[in-house]
Amino acid sequence: MDSAEQALIDQEYSSTLESVDQAEASILEAAGQAGFDEDEQHRIGMALRECMVNAVVHGNRYNKNKKVHVRVLRSSERFTIQITDQGEGFEIQEVPDPLDETNLLRHSGRGLFLMGAFMDDVKVRKVQPSGTEVTLVRNVGPRD
Amino acid sequence: MSVKLNTRQVGDVTVIDVSGRITLGEGSSALRDALRELTAKGNKKILLNLSEVSYIDSSGIGELVSGFTSVANLGGTLKLLGLTKRVKDLLQITKLYTVFDVHEEEAHAIRSFA
Repeated sequence: MDSAEQALIDQEYSSTLESVDQAEASILEAAGQAGFDEDEQHRIGMALRECMVNAVVHGNRYNKNKKVHVRVLRSSERFTIQITDQGEGFEIQEVPDPLDETNLLRHSGRGLFLMGAFMDDVKVRKVQPSGTEVTLVRNVGPRD
Repeated sequence: MSVKLNTRQVGDVTVIDVSGRITLGEGSSALRDALRELTAKGNKKILLNLSEVSYIDSSGIGELVSGFTSVANLGGTLKLLGLTKRVKDLLQITKLYTVFDVHEEEAHAIRSFA
């Protein structure tokens, strides 16, 4: 953590859809406190929701013994969300492009894309012994 | 607020008024069930009124797409009515806005099924 970063949220959630709603409510409040306007809060909240759903559904597979860890950090330049599950992980290169014409009418597979659309940076890495950490960064200030 | 669905008939077009949030869980499954029930009954002209939908996530988008393809596979048409700015933006960035036939006025949408 950057020394100038302030932790706004550091919370473990159970692997349920109720946790997704709880985390979304917390992130909306944190984003509001960080000075983002309503539309920006909506985008950040949506990125968080998509990431939490991936962690709960695809990562931890609703396993009640597995947790999702959410950290939110704020500095003068960045609003950073880190979401870590305890699942088996995935290869980001193997995630199909939902904008490819052959994938447009697929039922699922848009979550990671939407995170990238609503945030300025998305990083995915495997963690040991098992799990995936997704870092979502929204720069403070107007988007390009 | 979770999702609420109300189905009504306008001529031979079935209109589903949707309000609330279409997200993974109750919201998306309620929409899926409603569309399945209508297609099972043979309804082939379906207009989904989303003007009161405050929020839709990728799961909700998936249900719109599945509904669209299911109805089309049965020889029918599913159209969208009254998108809020946020839902419209979402369909645009996912390149789905031009896949759906989207209308702003109900009367115009109903006539377009003829």
